Amino acid sequence: MSTQTQLSGISMPPKRSWTTLALWGLGLAVLAWSWQGVEMQPSLLFTNASNMATLAGDFFPPALGNLDHYIDQMLVTIQIAVWGTLLAILVAIPASLLCSENLVPWWVYQPVRRLMDATRAINELVFAMLFVVAVGLGPFAGTLALFVHTTGVLAKLFSEAVEAAEAGPMEGIRVTGAGRIEEIIFGLIPQVLPLWISVSLYRFESNIRSATVLGMVGGGGIGVALWETMRGFQYAETATIMLVIIVAVTSLDMASQLVRKRFI
Amino acid sequence: MSIPTIVVERLNKTFGHRQVLEDVSFEITPGDIVALIGPSGSGKSTLMRHLVGLTCCNRHTGGRVSLLGREVQASGRIKRASRGQRCRVGYIFQQFNLVNRLSVLTNVLIGQLGRMPRLRALSGRFSQEEKQRALECLARVGLEGMAYQRANTLSGGQQQRVAIARVLMQDADVILADEPIASLDPRSAREVMEILQRIHAEDGRTVVITLHQVDIARRYCHRAIALKDGRLYFDGKTSELTDARLSTLYENAGLDELRSGAQPDLPSPTREPAHAQPAVAAHV
Repeated sequence: MSTQTQLSGISMPPKRSWTTLALWGLGLAVLAWSWQGVEMQPSLLFTNASNMATLAGDFFPPALGNLDHYIDQMLVTIQIAVWGTLLAILVAIPASLLCSENLVPWWVYQPVRRLMDATRAINELVFAMLFVVAVGLGPFAGTLALFVHTTGVLAKLFSEAVEAAEAGPMEGIRVTGAGRIEEIIFGLIPQVLPLWISVSLYRFESNIRSATVLGMVGGGGIGVALWETMRGFQYAETATIMLVIIVAVTSLDMASQLVRKRFI
Repeated sequence: MSIPTIVVERLNKTFGHRQVLEDVSFEITPGDIVALIGPSGSGKSTLMRHLVGLTCCNRHTGGRVSLLGREVQASGRIKRASRGQRCRVGYIFQQFNLVNRLSVLTNVLIGQLGRMPRLRALSGRFSQEEKQRALECLARVGLEGMAYQRANTLSGGQQQRVAIARVLMQDADVILADEPIASLDPRSAREVMEILQRIHAEDGRTVVITLHQVDIARRYCHRAIALKDGRLYFDGKTSELTDARLSTLYENAGLDELRSGAQPDLPSPTREPAHAQPAVAAHV
């Protein structure tokens, strides 16, 4: 250490300081504390192994009698995700511009950001329960729930892209005499568009996954069937539903990845 | 004598505790071509940004900038102006500031936005005549063949020529070029300077160019304004820039740069925080 310091002539930072050690200690303490909090008991997996085996056995063979119905319900689920995401994108675009530090003064972006924080903080299942009360049981309630929650998420991700955009091209447009909105349309949007598309597609994928459980609280889609078969201990039916979900989610993930590659 | 095109009165600017501009005043007459010279960090770029209102001068010292008879800023406040008034001034940046993902033609057409009806500007529907004119502007800078390429596929010198075409599209009466050749190779630099000089000569535009190469200022400009440490050091014919004056202008400049660790060719970060741009375009 000392020879190195002498050689370079510039004082090297010490390799391990007390603060790093303290941070490690703190991290381990959090892990131990949470272990207790979640009542972690790995031994249960072994002592109750026979229960697990019976439960797993109930899933096989999957019952294919209602497959058509489940596929229909999966399509409804995808439709919920499509509209939930699309509406969210449309609202998130202006909202994200209004919560970007480099575009608006603090008294605009602070309140808009807090509003978006709020929509993000509440899970879509909670929103679904609220909308079921407002608009009744069914896919529309689920769509609205996804829409509200996703707006908050997308507004944050979109505005992060906006804040990371280069100021130069926008200044270049400002000095031509163009207005503020032209500056955003021509100087900013082309810069952030690839990222916006990528983030939106990712949210679409994750909205399909979320939409599969919205039915559990009455938000429509395949979640209704999932919940009912599980409550009725018809695990062979549950297995079929899960297979339908896995196939649909995987293929849409792959499709959206293909689209995303085209834009970036 | 007609009204001066550019009037700068007692401009002061501090960034934090550093006084970047100190009581700078000058006037520029219509149709002149003027070089703004000085060592890096002398406040040239900051001054240029003041001229178009990208940067605002200090509040309490009563500085004033007016262009083409319109007040741009006074006592630290940017005056509002219509699009039509603002598009009479064109600005060229060291880093070109084109929109990389748009085509060269669209980048040139952006120069028209200030003159178009608002609704058409917002939707970006350019008319056939406008496109034709943009192609003519590109032809004047020798890039008509590249109209449909993406801007970021061009070399640095070509991108700067696109930026000039955008100013031509604007049909600006005044062209302000901030270090237009500082990040270009010597050949591209000469092309850009010749184009700017040609625009000045053929169209009679008023042109102000910040430069740090004195020989280039002498070759292309009638008049030079020199800044040193934010103060006006020289204002006169370029032929009157004697070697003795230049050595005083640039004395200690090299040492200052060494001490602050700044690259001589790039604007030093402490002086120009307003447009920090990390990379010189990759294609240079």
